[in-house]
Amino acid sequence: MDILTTVRHAAATAFVLAAFGTTPGSAQPAPKPTDPQIAHIAYTADDIDIKNAKLALEKSRNKEVRAFADDMVRDHTAVNVRALALVGKLKVTPEDNPTSQSLVKQQDAERAKLASLSGSAFDKAYVANEAAYHGAVNGALETTLIPASQNAELKSLLQSGLGIFQEHQKHAEHLATLVK
Amino acid sequence: MTRRQASARRPLALAYCALVVAAWPGPGHAETLRLTIENMAFADALASARVGDTIEWSNLDIVAHTVTARDGSFDIVILPGKTGRTVLRKAGKATFYCRYHSSMAGKIDIRPD
Repeated sequence: MDILTTVRHAAATAFVLAAFGTTPGSAQPAPKPTDPQIAHIAYTADDIDIKNAKLALEKSRNKEVRAFADDMVRDHTAVNVRALALVGKLKVTPEDNPTSQSLVKQQDAERAKLASLSGSAFDKAYVANEAAYHGAVNGALETTLIPASQNAELKSLLQSGLGIFQEHQKHAEHLATLVK
Repeated sequence: MTRRQASARRPLALAYCALVVAAWPGPGHAETLRLTIENMAFADALASARVGDTIEWSNLDIVAHTVTARDGSFDIVILPGKTGRTVLRKAGKATFYCRYHSSMAGKIDIRPD
């Protein structure tokens, strides 16, 4: 990863981490989320990445970037289909919460910024945000959401999601070294 | 035998041959080998695959995968919870990957029949 990519990655990571209240400067740890809140955060995080990917499919002409975006739409849609089926089965109503709201707000702003870019500037920024976003979501899954989840099926779905998103993160990081 | 009789018997003879071929196990009796795709990884490669064998892949993940040969000899999409089949046509080391998840890769050593 070159220095510019590293800086971009670090800035985007700090930006996304703030949504989970996990920045080093956080005065107090966020309260432990409940299962309905965790379900909401997981669904929201997937939905955001689908929106990011759809923007990439509108704007990018880079074959690898477009293939990655296709992968994001396919996988995150599949995970959310499972998530909806599970909350239906468990009769859990996902509950909106400050983490979901913060994620939406931050990634809406990131998408607005991306929408103003074009060509390779767009590709680089999109891929850097994807690497950072997946990194932050994976960190939150590992340290907060999976440990806090009470229902075994929800925990298992989050663990499956983590394995998938870790692959996405690696893919995005690799792509960041290719997109010039 | 008249020509008409001979041609009337030909389909029967062909059907008989087809039955014999289908029933003949031959020296390299083809098998169906079952492998799983789970937790974003292909199961370990098989040691005993042979030309003519079929591999049946079961995708236990919640996302779709492909099993795509690097030499282009096979490329199948397997939806979550479904199975897909590949017939091994060529001897040698077949390396393959998932087109959707490039870090997923595997290989099979295919022995001649």
